[in-house]
Amino acid sequence: MSSENVRFTDFKSDKQPTWCPGCGDFGTMNGMMKALAETGNSPDDTFVVAGIGCSGKIGTYMRSYALHGVHGRALPVGTGAKLANPNLEVMVAGGDGDGYSIGAGHFIHAVRRNVDITYVVMDNRIYGLTKGQASPTSRPDFETSTSPDGPKQPPVNPLALAMAAGGSFIAQSFSSDALRHQEIVEEAIEHDGFSLVNTFSPCVTFNDVDTYDYFRDSLVDLSEDDDYDRHDYDQAKDAILDADKEYMGVLYQDEDSTPYHEAHGVTENMAEIPDGAPDGATDLVREFY
Amino acid sequence: MHDDLNWAIGGEAGDGIASTGKIFAQALSRAGRHVFTSKDFASRIRGGYTAYKVRTSVDQVQSVVDRLDILIALTERTVDENLDELHENSVVIYDGDRTEFSDFEAPGEVTGLDVPLKDLAEDAGGAIMRNIVALGAVCAVADFPIENLDESLEKRFGGKGESIVENNKQAARLGAEYVEEEYADEGPRYSLETTDEDYVLLNGDEAIGMGAIAAGCRFYAGYPITPATDVMEYLTGRIEQFGGHVVQAEDELAAINMALGAARAGARSMTATSGPGIDLMSETFGLVATSETPLVVANVMRSGPSTGMPTKQEQGDLNMMLKGGHGEIPRFVLAPTSVAECFHKTVEAFNLAEKYQIPVYLTADLSMAVTERTYAPDEFDMDEVEIDRGKLVDEDEISAWQNENDQFKPHAVTADGVSPRAVPGTEGGVHMSTGLEHDELGRRTEDTDVRVEQVDKRYQKVDTAREREDFDYREFGDGDADNLVISWGSNEGTIVEALDYLGEDDPDVRVVSVPYIYPRPDLTDEVQAADQVVVVEANATGQFADIVEHDVLERVGRINKYDGVDFKADELADEITETLA
Repeated sequence: MSSENVRFTDFKSDKQPTWCPGCGDFGTMNGMMKALAETGNSPDDTFVVAGIGCSGKIGTYMRSYALHGVHGRALPVGTGAKLANPNLEVMVAGGDGDGYSIGAGHFIHAVRRNVDITYVVMDNRIYGLTKGQASPTSRPDFETSTSPDGPKQPPVNPLALAMAAGGSFIAQSFSSDALRHQEIVEEAIEHDGFSLVNTFSPCVTFNDVDTYDYFRDSLVDLSEDDDYDRHDYDQAKDAILDADKEYMGVLYQDEDSTPYHEAHGVTENMAEIPDGAPDGATDLVREFY
Repeated sequence: MHDDLNWAIGGEAGDGIASTGKIFAQALSRAGRHVFTSKDFASRIRGGYTAYKVRTSVDQVQSVVDRLDILIALTERTVDENLDELHENSVVIYDGDRTEFSDFEAPGEVTGLDVPLKDLAEDAGGAIMRNIVALGAVCAVADFPIENLDESLEKRFGGKGESIVENNKQAARLGAEYVEEEYADEGPRYSLETTDEDYVLLNGDEAIGMGAIAAGCRFYAGYPITPATDVMEYLTGRIEQFGGHVVQAEDELAAINMALGAARAGARSMTATSGPGIDLMSETFGLVATSETPLVVANVMRSGPSTGMPTKQEQGDLNMMLKGGHGEIPRFVLAPTSVAECFHKTVEAFNLAEKYQIPVYLTADLSMAVTERTYAPDEFDMDEVEIDRGKLVDEDEISAWQNENDQFKPHAVTADGVSPRAVPGTEGGVHMSTGLEHDELGRRTEDTDVRVEQVDKRYQKVDTAREREDFDYREFGDGDADNLVISWGSNEGTIVEALDYLGEDDPDVRVVSVPYIYPRPDLTDEVQAADQVVVVEANATGQFADIVEHDVLERVGRINKYDGVDFKADELADEITETLA
């Protein structure tokens, strides 16, 4: 399929999503599909990896090569796929539980490894698929079935974790702001290195605090601030650690960072191998003389 | 077997025991002698006790025995640890400035040779070379021409410059001369004959790594763990020359998931670990199997459970590999029976993984992983390596596997259970796969008929493999004997050598060595034809013996060793005799 003719609907499968009506994940996924098409990718060359949770269903509703894996391990799968065939566009999707709780260890290391993949986290600050328990991004006083008085712990700040781990592209979007979300994901795809897009993707069934209205009223779009320079590390740090405001946009980008494939010289499609032992294999035997 | 020499160097961790032992083993190999090495080591970097042992003969050697002829003892404890193996002709080389021979409380008849290792090393250019001085002393005791050390010294120190190499050669000569002059009356105690044969010397982990590259493996992700780390260290720096890459993952969960991702992208991919890592990988292993992804997982077993005895031998993970993980899913389990077989079975594992789109456990154990053994180089003939990628389809073949909506069916139900496989980048092959039960398209389903169809399809692959592959055992000893000894994995060499220790009055024995654990050869006829059957394995409960009983519906005898120490040929011969008596 020639990529010029690809429309975003080509990335849409014939399966109807079973997300709750009004779920933020619809918008998040639409933006991802549009961004993939807009950046010249085709379903044949795209590999989508998802973990477990409401977000994990995305591979079913999108049309591309995809793997729906185990809980929390989507990033390592995406890492392996991208290194094995650097020609693929690899997009990893997850939720706040998948990425920042059970998969938090992988998140940190994926950021520092800087493999050229895009990670979109549908952050709804709740465990939706298991019907409403606290997530790592839930507020300390957010009352749930497993935290009747709130988790009483500070929420994880994923952008700060990414920055501390040496992240080269750190962004935040809002599923309901379709245009900005799509633009940000497009920039993430085009960034040469690991890109984090933390996407507020409200849960209309179990979270009555972090709602569409809350994000619409409170999010500050950095693209409207002419004084904000995403390449300025200190400015980005202040925005990311700002306890009073939440921001939307690309908070930080280091365009000079060295992506993994460059640092390690991984450029070949490893799927193609000869019919027998590779040339030079006999030298391996000689080494043991 | 009687002209073998058993040699060891022992000291504290940090004394350079392993590298010195390797230099001597290589020198023997280069001189056309067969070598079998073993290591006593602890999970520590300094102190304690560690030893490197070499058994050598002009004939093939494939086991350790309970006898030590020459011992370089850098510490008193080295002698204590090996007292049982010393005998009246044993020679102990030590440095009187570091330890007194009288401290050793060695048996009276053992000869102690005090050699000023450190002083002589300093004469040659530095105290660091004292172990090389000791090797020179060994050459004198064993009547082994000192020139034989030179090539392995060049191999070991060549990268550090010509003068370092020359100093080491000189250190060896000073050691030899000292023994020849100071202990002239003793004369050489042993005589190490050399031959014109050329051998290669490698261990099981290295054989697995070399087999992986030969088989076209291009992606390896792993997390360091004893005793599997050597696989990763072998591949690092080598696989890149063949267009591959090694990733050191943040943990075993990441390692197997990265390997899975690479396999989904179409690469021949693997990870290697040991028991604790296998535990961590088991959830993803189920995903690999149910998504029908070809993957090789090497499990180099060590003593368990939990942290167990990380540097000790055990074959305790068989049940885990066969049954581990929730739910039911087929997987293949291969257990190479020798260092060379580690190479061949690795190549086979990659082919089986792709032909049947199934995860394959390739299991070695600590004993085989760290054991170096000599082989004729043509044992590893790269021209004989065959690659079979199974039903990997390209763009032209896709349409045959699409439904009426042009959707590709990665889990198509077929007569042989094997579906077509399209990797990302293949036009028209777009599909998803999942750990959820799925239909032919790879999409979630809870439809009762489809569920049963997919479970049956996955198990059909096992039946197909049984029909198409040759999952046979290896046989040794007397084929007509009334007594049957069954082995799996690394015990083969020791059992074969044990046969040599059985006398005329001892029972005749047929040995069946099984490298395929699942699917496996049916041993019913063999067991029923025998009067007595004993299964030898390095675990406490007899995990393979249980399997044999299950398959054959007959009780079998068991020899189990779970003290963390390798079976020894002479000891095992006694035990077999006792069990069969």
